[in-house]
Amino acid sequence: MSESRTDWPLWEVFVRGRRGLSHTHAGSLHAPDATMALRNARDLYTRRGEGVSLWVVPSTQITASSPDEKDPFFEPAADKPYRHPTFYEVPEGVQNL
Amino acid sequence: MTTTLPERDAAHDDARAAAFDAAVAAEERIEPRDWMPDAYRATLVRQIAQHAHSEIIGMQPEANWISRAPSLRRKAILLAKVQDEAGHGLYLYSAAETLGASRDELLDKLHTGRQKYSSIFNYPTLTWADVGAIGWLVDGAAITNQVPLCRCSYGPYARAMVRVCKEESFHQRQGYELLLALTRGTPAQRAMAQDAVDRWWWPSLMMFGPPDDESAHSAQSMAWKIKRHSNDELRQRFVDICVPQAESLGLTLPDPELRWNAERGHYDHGPIDWAEFKQVLQGNGPCNEQRIGQRRRAHEEGAWVRAAASAYADKHTAHQGAERNGAAA
Amino acid sequence: MSGARPGNPGHHAALALGDDALILAQRLGEWSGHAPELEEEVALANIALDLLGQARALLSLCGDEDELAFRREERAFRNVQLVERPNGDFAHTIARQLYFSTWQELLYGRLAGGTGPIAALAAKAVKECAYHRDHAEQWTLRLGDGTEESHRRMQAALDALWRYTGELWQPVEGLDVDWDALESAWRAGVTGVVTRATLGVPEGPQSSPWAAGAGRQGVHTEPFGRLLAEMQHLHRSHPGASW
Repeated sequence: MSESRTDWPLWEVFVRGRRGLSHTHAGSLHAPDATMALRNARDLYTRRGEGVSLWVVPSTQITASSPDEKDPFFEPAADKPYRHPTFYEVPEGVQNL
Repeated sequence: MTTTLPERDAAHDDARAAAFDAAVAAEERIEPRDWMPDAYRATLVRQIAQHAHSEIIGMQPEANWISRAPSLRRKAILLAKVQDEAGHGLYLYSAAETLGASRDELLDKLHTGRQKYSSIFNYPTLTWADVGAIGWLVDGAAITNQVPLCRCSYGPYARAMVRVCKEESFHQRQGYELLLALTRGTPAQRAMAQDAVDRWWWPSLMMFGPPDDESAHSAQSMAWKIKRHSNDELRQRFVDICVPQAESLGLTLPDPELRWNAERGHYDHGPIDWAEFKQVLQGNGPCNEQRIGQRRRAHEEGAWVRAAASAYADKHTAHQGAERNGAAA
Repeated sequence: MSGARPGNPGHHAALALGDDALILAQRLGEWSGHAPELEEEVALANIALDLLGQARALLSLCGDEDELAFRREERAFRNVQLVERPNGDFAHTIARQLYFSTWQELLYGRLAGGTGPIAALAAKAVKECAYHRDHAEQWTLRLGDGTEESHRRMQAALDALWRYTGELWQPVEGLDVDWDALESAWRAGVTGVVTRATLGVPEGPQSSPWAAGAGRQGVHTEPFGRLLAEMQHLHRSHPGASW
């Protein structure tokens, strides 16, 4: 019996603003379990009609990339301009490309 | 989100400090897992906690009138506003958690007087008009303070403030509208409005903190871009905004020295009673004990409820129901 | 306001349901700043706001909402006594909400299928009621099946408020509802939750000897007078004023 444990774990809240959009991180909150976390998220993060769907994830379950890995993780992606459509030259007058 | 603090590695500290300084200088946001100076972290925790505490203590003076609101429309508005303040407290405690400060720990510091909240909430709400004066002046001052915080260098704090400011905009308006209804009403209502403004004006000016030359934390906070404008600058901005608004209401601001200074392009105002400010800050305001007492009581009386929910969660974690499934993408 | 003029059945029903919602909103509003956790401040205020919205819509069918809320005497209020019961501890608030919201959801679900202004309001409100019922249900489970202390408190609350539930089945003039079927559905719903929460369904009488249905007839409990005194004082002190 955890009579003395009165602090609830932290949950991260993700809100889908409307259909067609992906869920976006909105913030966090405390709840004793997933069911209550969803309800608290509904009351806290969508009380002005900001969402149509919610995810809650225990904060401890999130694995984040380390800021020290910043360079090896993300810099290589910055020098591949050929992944972007603006890299390519299109002759004037050609449409629908 | 909470993350473990980056490991300390003395060899990299200088490089990290340089990267931090460069990021701040380049107006980039510092994020929770970035390296940051200890003092930066401590300053933020102190400021965000104080801000969060102010939101939840700030519920009390206005909640004092929910049960007595004189129309159902006003009752709904006030309930929603006080609820927002709980929500704002939650956003801010969340921001503090990203720095490794748990809500429990911060609440404990509030309850034991080791962390402060805005002194303004130690003044009583004696009449219904006080609800209007708080909305117009106290929320007005808070917004003046908070809008620049939306660009604060610490990402989670800045994001919380964006949300808070968006929601606060209705708070100030409802207060102004409430006072407007009173000033257009009966002589008794007008007198009530003037009396409230007389009592809330000076404490509102004190909300911007001590004058710049006496402000303990200002310079470093400005350098770190936690703070963007000095106390006096923001106070002046607030006064300039309020004077014409008071005129529209037909109310007098209780400062005989208040007048337009064409040379400065600002309103001059009379001296602020900093002795009173210090007294209230030190716990001798009219409601300090009452506010903190209620807060502590709510927390203590809620302990069995929180413990029950934790115990239930422990028993039932194996299966949380259908909602658990199928969240991905 | 068709179907809701004083003296006609629609008026009577809108007033009864409107008073239920108003008085419960007033009680829930008292939690502001006192809730056991910040998240629960937000949740309780949401429920209060929903109920206040329902009250305003219903009372507006009968006349001026403020006139009705602030200028009627105690005997003119038609709410059930259950909603005027003081908040007590969190368990009492949850028990009151469980009893009331289970009933309200069932009733409004039935009313939503009808016609007229109350049906339209009920159709909107029933979703709110479902959420309130679920909130009360989640907490009943957690308090009942939580710690020894919470179990004891929740059982005490269910028992204490049980004798105010009989009034929920008193037919309300103007509402075309099978009240017996409503009672069975309510009993099944409440029994299910209470049992899952490892608690016992109270066995005592569901009304006191003289007060059954008395709220609907304008007879209330002692704390109600003080609730009204507080709620109405400011409005009554300034006759004719606009706010």
